Amino acid sequence: MMIDINWPAIYPELAICITAFVALIAGLLIPARYRWWLGFLAIAGTLVAIQLTYAGFSHTGEAFGGMVVNDIIAGFFKVIFCLGTLLAIFVSLSYQRREFLGLGEYYVMILFATFGMMVMASAVDLVTIFIGLEMMSIPLYVLAGIKRDRYRSQEAALKYFLLGAFASGFLLYGIALLYGSFGSTNLYRIVEIIKSGKAYSPFFVAAGSVMILIGFAFKAGLFPFHAWIPDVYEGAPAPVTAFMSSGPKAAAMAAIIRIFVVASPNIDFTSIFWALAVLTMTVGNILAITQANVKRMLAYSSIAHAGYMMVAITAGGVEGISAVAFYLFAYTLMNIGAFAIVIFFAERDELYENISDYAGFARQFPFAAIAMTVFMASLGGIPGTAGFIGKFAIFSGAVKNGFIWLAVIGVLNSLISIFYYLRIVVVMFMRPPEPRIVDIEMTPSLLIALIIALLGVLQIGFFPDRWLYLANMAAVSALF
Amino acid sequence: MNGMPILSWIIFVPALGVIPILFINGNRKNLIRLIALSAALAAFVLSLVMLSGFDGGSAGMQFVEKKTWIRAFNIEYHVGVDGISVLLVLLTTFISVIAIASTWTAITEKVKGFMISFLLLEIGMLGVFLALDLFLFYVFWEVMLLPMYFLIGIWGGQRRIYAAIKFILFTMTGSLLMLIGILYLYHLHGGINGYGTFNLIKLLDMPIPRIAQFWLFGAFGLAFAIKVPIFPFHTWLPDAHVEAPTAGSIILAGVLLKMGTYGFIRFCLPLFPVASFYFMPLISILAIIGIIYGGLVSAVQRDIKSLVAFSSVAHLGFVMLGMFAFNIQGISGSLLQMINHGISTGALFLLVGIIYERRHTRLIEDFGGLAHVMPIYSAGFMIIALSSIGLPGTNGFVGEFLILLGMFKTKPLYSILAATGVIIAAVYMLWMIQRVFFGECANEKNRILKDMNLREKFVLAPLIVMVFWIGFYPKPFLKTIEPSVAKLVEFVQIRNEQYKSGTISQILKSGSENRGIAGERR
Repeated sequence: MMIDINWPAIYPELAICITAFVALIAGLLIPARYRWWLGFLAIAGTLVAIQLTYAGFSHTGEAFGGMVVNDIIAGFFKVIFCLGTLLAIFVSLSYQRREFLGLGEYYVMILFATFGMMVMASAVDLVTIFIGLEMMSIPLYVLAGIKRDRYRSQEAALKYFLLGAFASGFLLYGIALLYGSFGSTNLYRIVEIIKSGKAYSPFFVAAGSVMILIGFAFKAGLFPFHAWIPDVYEGAPAPVTAFMSSGPKAAAMAAIIRIFVVASPNIDFTSIFWALAVLTMTVGNILAITQANVKRMLAYSSIAHAGYMMVAITAGGVEGISAVAFYLFAYTLMNIGAFAIVIFFAERDELYENISDYAGFARQFPFAAIAMTVFMASLGGIPGTAGFIGKFAIFSGAVKNGFIWLAVIGVLNSLISIFYYLRIVVVMFMRPPEPRIVDIEMTPSLLIALIIALLGVLQIGFFPDRWLYLANMAAVSALF
Repeated sequence: MNGMPILSWIIFVPALGVIPILFINGNRKNLIRLIALSAALAAFVLSLVMLSGFDGGSAGMQFVEKKTWIRAFNIEYHVGVDGISVLLVLLTTFISVIAIASTWTAITEKVKGFMISFLLLEIGMLGVFLALDLFLFYVFWEVMLLPMYFLIGIWGGQRRIYAAIKFILFTMTGSLLMLIGILYLYHLHGGINGYGTFNLIKLLDMPIPRIAQFWLFGAFGLAFAIKVPIFPFHTWLPDAHVEAPTAGSIILAGVLLKMGTYGFIRFCLPLFPVASFYFMPLISILAIIGIIYGGLVSAVQRDIKSLVAFSSVAHLGFVMLGMFAFNIQGISGSLLQMINHGISTGALFLLVGIIYERRHTRLIEDFGGLAHVMPIYSAGFMIIALSSIGLPGTNGFVGEFLILLGMFKTKPLYSILAATGVIIAAVYMLWMIQRVFFGECANEKNRILKDMNLREKFVLAPLIVMVFWIGFYPKPFLKTIEPSVAKLVEFVQIRNEQYKSGTISQILKSGSENRGIAGERR
């Protein structure tokens, strides 16, 4: 039988992959001090990939004999990944020149990780999803430790790698159990088998599904598999953290949607999701309050945000899935925006990353402080920002599908989050500045990232229609 | 008036002030102040224009503007004004002008940021009073939190950060639960009519299950009760008031608190009539506790500003009481008292700010015999204080009288209990006045105090005019309010009966062509 390859379905992935290889080889040929130019190559590649994804919305379909599919939800997630990558590269450019000049691999790793995420989003076969996950994870392990001369970075990489490998093990074992039960790893085939009423062992399916869920919960940072996040986010260089906190989380969510919502193996996961959502939100938010370090605070906040997304996944349906997709899009903008400020402010070797260091920040850098306020307001879900529309969509989905108490717990959580997000604003605007040698400058690349994120957050905050529509299309394409 | 979207102009004119201020060097303080003042004045003038075109005889929404905003959720930019909101809009634009004019010498640092926050705050407040789409309402309601938070937190007093955070956390607790309530209404409409909507007019035509009404009343009511604030939720108010800069206190007392009471009238009563009647005793008793407790606590304050702050708790208790009388007198009085409280308490904070600027203290014991040193100031203070007590001939009397009258018709006992609040008000106000303005001018520092300057007189004068105008001739104000209030009262009563007799669903079905009950009564 001739397998239908259907190359156009994976054009965006190919664009990223080819760019990565070109950058890899070019990095060897050009001298160390020019290697940061590879960042521009990566930007170009990502932009092409976004264009191709857009073009791909019009001709959806399966590829590689049903291993991957190009549907709207995959495309939507690809846009999110590319946006995250684009912003991450912009915030990296000056940082990379300053902190690890000569490591051109940096961009190659980012691109490969992006490639992995894209595969995860478009894969409809458990093995392909696993390959995507590893494609994403291994470069991330390297990136976490790319600041070789700093112990924290080293520690982060090792911790991430060991725990990540363990999670991959769970995932793989779960896939094996499902394969054993169904005789196929293709999600469509599995759905067919379930529908056809053929006998299978419910125990092994349940065990396999739970193990798969554990694998992705680890990557998305859901309680109780969240413990690595604060340490890794704190230890990894700030631009890497910015990158890690958006794309990979989105990829894990995409996989969870594909496997558990779309191709649900006949087991009701609602109560498990419900508990995961509540615990993840609450634990993330409560622990975030006590953090003194901005990166750790954002790490716990990212756990909390994964919890909000789980609220929408629990709610399910078109509303729930479109809310997750939309929320991830908004989250990518606002979170990387916030990290752009952290990077801007941290100085060489990330000396200043405690919240108290931000005292009087507004007096010296009013624009950056206002931008940070917008990102914090957005993360906290105050109207006029993308974060609010995202939360609104999530809670709307939850109320619609009858999960009112979950929505109530969600809004109470977002109340808690207001407290710690505003703490940064308090410190920036309301405390007198501490004397310190200020040696920071707003580089053009950082400024570009900041402006994209800022305009994006505000634009989506006030006029979200276009993206809500697309997210809705994505959810419809996933479910029907 | 059909050509110009006047309500949008009123809401967004302050934004036209924000834009130039953004691009002006922060050191050109007077220019910034002037721009902000003219933006606020422009909004005030526009609201007067709106009033001149306002049909006082009509009970319906006027100057309605409706545009699709977010299609995915059927959210509309939908604003309109009726007798319930029209005076509050005027109050907002009026008090904003006064507040900005009061900052001329009080705010000398970071003027730029102050004015931007203030104008954004004004946009939020106006939007809240004019929005007819629940989502839009919520957006304005929340958007206004951040500027207020900055006003308290940056330009406030000693414990400003604590007060600012307390303010925002208290307010958001309520409003986030209200968001769930709003979403529930949206999806309920979706379940009944096939499409969700945030349109208040359409939601009013929708039957809401009785049990849901109680929960929804709780969700909405908590948000509003915290904002008002009703008795057990009031603890944020003294902190916010005392720590806020003068202009912040003026706007907080003058307008922000009214957003809570307005919310009750606009949303809670007509949307959830069954629950409103059910909770009437509870809210009335809490309001009475607030009246008496607020008064007693005011009496023992050493700081003039916190005295005024606690007196707000008492005054807002009256407003709540009148509202839950469910008759025209009570609700009209309640609405008028909102305006009165905005004028009187706003003026009191203004006056406290004037003396604080001169002496840098607000403790009652630091003063005494000011009447000898600052005669004009003392006279002004006295007039305002008497209006706050509710002396006949001042605005406070009209409002409180109507409220007590209205409540007396419904529940005489509540009215009698609340009336003691008037006496307590006289006690704390007059006692404070005695200690501050009369007696020997013992403190050396007070002897050299200058009386009010021209600018301060100009700022205070309109407020005093309003005190007497409403006090002696409240008719034009009441006439504007009454048709809408009458319609509201009728609507709530009829609705409650329908829910009781269970006829509501049939009526709504048959009345769907002529837009249900609200439409029929027009």
